[in-house]
Amino acid sequence: MKMELIQPFINAADAVLAETLQCQTSIGDVNMEEEAYRRKGTAVLISIHGDIEGRVILDIDGKTAAAIATALAGEPVSESDQVVKETMFELANLIIGNAVTTLNDQGFRFKIEPPQLHTDAQGITGNEETEALVMCLDTPSGSVYLNIAMHYNRRRKTEREAVVGR
Amino acid sequence: MFDTLVRKDRKAIRYLVVDDSVFARKNIIKMLEQFGGELAGEAGDGCTAITEYDRAKPDVVLMDITMPQMEGIEAAEKIIRNHPEARVIMVSSVGYQENIVAALQKGAKHFVQKPVKPEVLYEVIKYVMGEEAVSMQGAAAGDAQ
Repeated sequence: MKMELIQPFINAADAVLAETLQCQTSIGDVNMEEEAYRRKGTAVLISIHGDIEGRVILDIDGKTAAAIATALAGEPVSESDQVVKETMFELANLIIGNAVTTLNDQGFRFKIEPPQLHTDAQGITGNEETEALVMCLDTPSGSVYLNIAMHYNRRRKTEREAVVGR
Repeated sequence: MFDTLVRKDRKAIRYLVVDDSVFARKNIIKMLEQFGGELAGEAGDGCTAITEYDRAKPDVVLMDITMPQMEGIEAAEKIIRNHPEARVIMVSSVGYQENIVAALQKGAKHFVQKPVKPEVLYEVIKYVMGEEAVSMQGAAAGDAQ
């Protein structure tokens, strides 16, 4: 597991949720994903391409997503409300933006794709090249899941060249 | 609770809020209202921001960086080229050095990282407005007129 790639996302999620919800958060379950990803509720996927490649999925069950949207909007929001989706997109942008700031300042260069709604029940999975980790952040509004899967593109390339050069 | 921040002529500071996320715009507008500000306009992309600036002539622009059609740094550069007096504050979750330096080189006055803390935004606006703004304890804009 390449924690140096994953840690910035965990730190960013923790800080962003604590700041936006004005609450204490705690890290719940963390485990490596071995099987295809199963969506828990409303999920937003952001892809990263460059020195580091991979994706992050922010996944929140409907009830929790509505509770978070209600807390952020300052008015009652139902599960079917468009505001829930907007809240999810904004949360994903904030978390990814803060994490890539850390990674960029460490010298990695990459491009972030705009967030997409991930509607498949399952299907995305990690592979030999991709570290996939699922973590749960507990907030007073409910649990927020992050599925992070990424690898070093640059290092892989260097390794390949080293092998070719032998 | 914030002291009301107004122009030195005691009129409300007028803001243009630029962000492709409706949610983010609402959030910032809510903060500006707490500071006693007035919304002069909103835009969801850089191109609209330029036309909205020409129309509304706001005192301060709060500009996101990553947006469709035209990104915030390019829009800020174009606004400042046409209006050297423009006060543009970049607001983005992506706060790495290159972005900040690029924005400042194009003439932006400051940078605020998202999630925006109201107390940080308040101080940055106060700094950017400089002597053109005064804070008034418990007063609404226009009270002193």
